Amino acid sequence: MEQKITESQVEKVAQLSRLALTPAEITEFTGQLESILEYVAKLNELETDHVEPLAHCLPITNCLREDEIRESMGAEKTLANAPQRDGPFFRVPKILDDHSGP
Amino acid sequence: MTSQLDYTLVVGLEIHVQLSTRSKLFCGCAVEFGASANSRVCPVCLGMPGVLPVMNRQAYEDSVLVASALNCKIAPFTKWDRKSYYYPDLPKNFQTTQYDLPLSYDGFIEIPIENAGPKRVRITRAHLEEDAGKNLHSSGPFSQVDLNRTGTPLLEIVTEPDLNAPAEVKALAMELQRIVRYLGVSEADMQKGHMRFEPNINLLIRKEGREYKTPITEVKNLNSFRALERSVAFETQRQLDAFCETGKTMVSGSKTTRGWDDGRQVTVLQREKEEAHDYRYFPEPDLLPVEMDAAWLKRIQSRLCELPLQKQTRFVHAYRLSPYDAGVLSADRATADFFEKTVGHGAEPKRVCNLLTQVGLKLANERDCGLVELGLTSRAVADLVLMVTRGEVSASGGNTLLEHMVTSGKRPEVLADELQLLQKSDSAELEIIVDKILQEQDKAVAEVRARGKKAKKAQGFLLGQVMQRTGGQANPQVVSELLAKKLS
Amino acid sequence: MPKELLNLGCKQLVDQISAGQTSSLSATEAVFTAIKARNGEIGAFLALFEAEALAQAQSVDERVAAGNAVGPLAGVPIAVKDNMCMTVGPTTCGSKILEHFHAPYDATVIEKLRAADAVIIGKTNLDEFAMGSSTENSGLKETVNPWDSTRVPGGSSGGSAAAVAGRLCYAALGSDTGGSIRQPASFCGVVGLKPTYGAVSRFGLVAYGSSLDQIGPMTRCVPDSALMMNVIAGHDPKDSTSVDETLAPTIDFLAGLDDPVEGLTIGIVPDLTAGAQPEVRDAVTAAIDLYQSLGAKVVEVALPHAEYAIATYYVIATAEASSNLARYDGVHYGHRTADPKDYTEVYSKSRAEGFGQEVKRRIMLGTYVLSSGYYDAYYLKALKVRNLIRADFDRAFEQCQCIVMPVAPSTAFKRREKTADPLQMYLADVYTISANLAGIPGLSIPCGRGSGQLPIGLQLLGPSFSEATLLRIARMYEHNTDWRMEPPGL
Ligand SMILES: [Mg+2]
Ligand SMILES: [Zn+2]
Repeated sequence: MEQKITESQVEKVAQLSRLALTPAEITEFTGQLESILEYVAKLNELETDHVEPLAHCLPITNCLREDEIRESMGAEKTLANAPQRDGPFFRVPKILDDHSGP
Repeated sequence: MTSQLDYTLVVGLEIHVQLSTRSKLFCGCAVEFGASANSRVCPVCLGMPGVLPVMNRQAYEDSVLVASALNCKIAPFTKWDRKSYYYPDLPKNFQTTQYDLPLSYDGFIEIPIENAGPKRVRITRAHLEEDAGKNLHSSGPFSQVDLNRTGTPLLEIVTEPDLNAPAEVKALAMELQRIVRYLGVSEADMQKGHMRFEPNINLLIRKEGREYKTPITEVKNLNSFRALERSVAFETQRQLDAFCETGKTMVSGSKTTRGWDDGRQVTVLQREKEEAHDYRYFPEPDLLPVEMDAAWLKRIQSRLCELPLQKQTRFVHAYRLSPYDAGVLSADRATADFFEKTVGHGAEPKRVCNLLTQVGLKLANERDCGLVELGLTSRAVADLVLMVTRGEVSASGGNTLLEHMVTSGKRPEVLADELQLLQKSDSAELEIIVDKILQEQDKAVAEVRARGKKAKKAQGFLLGQVMQRTGGQANPQVVSELLAKKLS
Repeated sequence: MPKELLNLGCKQLVDQISAGQTSSLSATEAVFTAIKARNGEIGAFLALFEAEALAQAQSVDERVAAGNAVGPLAGVPIAVKDNMCMTVGPTTCGSKILEHFHAPYDATVIEKLRAADAVIIGKTNLDEFAMGSSTENSGLKETVNPWDSTRVPGGSSGGSAAAVAGRLCYAALGSDTGGSIRQPASFCGVVGLKPTYGAVSRFGLVAYGSSLDQIGPMTRCVPDSALMMNVIAGHDPKDSTSVDETLAPTIDFLAGLDDPVEGLTIGIVPDLTAGAQPEVRDAVTAAIDLYQSLGAKVVEVALPHAEYAIATYYVIATAEASSNLARYDGVHYGHRTADPKDYTEVYSKSRAEGFGQEVKRRIMLGTYVLSSGYYDAYYLKALKVRNLIRADFDRAFEQCQCIVMPVAPSTAFKRREKTADPLQMYLADVYTISANLAGIPGLSIPCGRGSGQLPIGLQLLGPSFSEATLLRIARMYEHNTDWRMEPPGL
């Protein structure tokens, strides 16, 4: 947490974020992220070894819906906002490195 | 030279099973194979701005059911996480899955091994996640994206690296298919991509008193048992060759991903993105954790049933069937139940088995349906078997009758009469015919009485004569007994 | 007459429309006349639905005339922050990447507004994807403060705040992730309520920080806020994080609103308030004095981890945002770059072209804190501190019914004053952010004027699901003051 963020790290983060940043933006963001992270390092003042993380504030669990079918939108509505389509499909430039599926 | 190496194959398997819920995991879109492209999509599964997921109860309960069948511990508290990666078939560019607190863990599965007892393979975890859509690659410079499958519930099952042969890997996959079908939570139809496999493969090589581990390869997205078995076999040889050539061993980060080229029957290296493994998991803020209590778990587990391998083993012992026959009968739950019901009516198990496996399943196959969908009742089949046992019809006559029962829907005794398949077992009536034949065939009678080389053949000839005279309707066993008595 | 009409509160307007004393059509026409006169300068709206609104107004009037029942917001012209999905008009989130995006569904709050017979007149400007405190980060438009056009309206719900203050609508919906309802309410001199997390459905609210976001009303007075809550609060089966009756039973927020809270104890946090501008401090002190004069007891409470709230927030909110905004990739909807060389460039260039600098900065920060090797140090750490912050409030609320503090350290600042240094902009959220981290409700009401007649806001924080009490406490103050004047030049 103490070491400074470098431009090459920022480039990597930009790549992970799928943001094509210009070299000038990389430089700018490096400085800005550095000062923000420096500020965030303030959290290290707190001893939190025995503190549970709080992911959300609600004291509730088990929100489950019944397995019932609701109407879908249909292809026309689904594709209405598509920047590019190919008949009933969304269209993207050729995917060469396919490893689809989770 | 590779063949001289002493090695052990080490495989762990990741399996994705599509659950057969009516609606998707987080929205009400129908789960439907073969619907027209992008027609089973709504704002939620399209990941539109502002949408929120709500978990399908059935999907969660089905997952817990399978996990229970796999002897897993069920987590009293489980949550979902986001796994980030960019891909056109993943509209939110993150997958909602489970990371550090899966709904189940630490189980095992027993798989049948040929000519040996069952093998126990440890299950690391089983968790519930959403499926992605499909990218289609036409010949042009574009790919097409269909999101119908997006958000379909998937149960991901991960085994420990306990598998040591391609056949074992395949056996596990097939056993799991039987289990999820038994539990009624998945059609597990390979053609529809309901089961997808990703083996993690490497070798433990012993050479000159030292042990070497080859780098692990993960073969992605296999969707048939054959491809699974063959890709593991291929990788075994490829890794052996690579080890001999390069001597490279496993180090951290040396895992690679390969795809299966079904046309060439080889695995091919897939391009690894630099950040491929930086999935930036974090708790899904839009879903609440699920807490499981004893009463709910009990309710879910009340849907558990005898599992296929248990059933198979029981059939071998209780009905004295061969492991093969028991396996065929227990392949699906309905067939097994039908078998047991028939036996329950007093029919002899072995005869029921033969009738069902040799005729029933053949007919079902021809009709592309299940045995129980042939329109037969267990009562009628039992009656048929009892007729055979009592000698009223011959074994082959029984086979014929079953076929006609399927086509005509008539009762066996009615058909036996119509088709003249009833055997004459009345010994008094048969004795008259036997005596007649013995008078006519004195040469053969002499040969039998002489007890020489020709005796056996002559006795067979006499039996044939009786059968012919009765139009094949005599019970051969009764005739044989009469002949033996008269010629002794 | 039109001016008097425009100065009515929502409740008064509904009563008059229902009684046939005025019509929704004349109120709606008055609003559009005001918009035509002033929106060019204020820039509150990104889209206006005049034809639809007039038709809806007419339909309400007809139902009233026919003696049919009408809803609790019958005929009231209302504006909606443009990060809530609506089938009418585009839903842009103030971003170029969604400039031409048409949502195929209505957010739950929109459905509820419609069911209450409100007249939705348009969508208001915001910081892109609600990321900002000045509305200067909008990728589509500039909005100024109706009190002083050289100043910002606050943000991110700056368009809604400016529209309500500028009499361009009777009430508006905003959303609040770190103060985005309360701070612009304070800067523009209106009432802004951020409800308890889970009290109002987020379905259809374009997510920024999912565990922090809440929709809430922005109105000119406390009763209007209560009226709006009556309409928008409640369980939604489409939002897993929306609470049901067992946790937040349906109540009428207007019932007993004018009854002072008996035996009220107010908590103050002296060290926190010390950092505010003197005029803000003075106004807040005066408000506390007023409460004391009304019989309230004042106790000092401690929020020892409040100073870590901003750091905690900027880790959690940006982490969630980096994932929530991953979907804007130019494949299924939204802006797509021209001539990408491959499909990965569809992502990286569409996003680079479509997002503004602040959004990019937060995506970068959020991606960084979640990336391998940094998760524990930043994200997990922040979740733990979040728990400490929440525990602070739990302890404080054992001693008091509400905590009073400023909304912002200053009145509305000059445009461009803080855009150069993002961290300085973030630090100004010091008073509002804790409520989002703890999930508790927070209310901003006007409590004075600073130099240049600029409004000052008073913040009331209460325990989870105490909105009804908070509104009553706010109403006690409002009853005895009159800060609800209209901006100059109207
Ligand atoms: Mg998975
Ligand atoms: Zn859907």
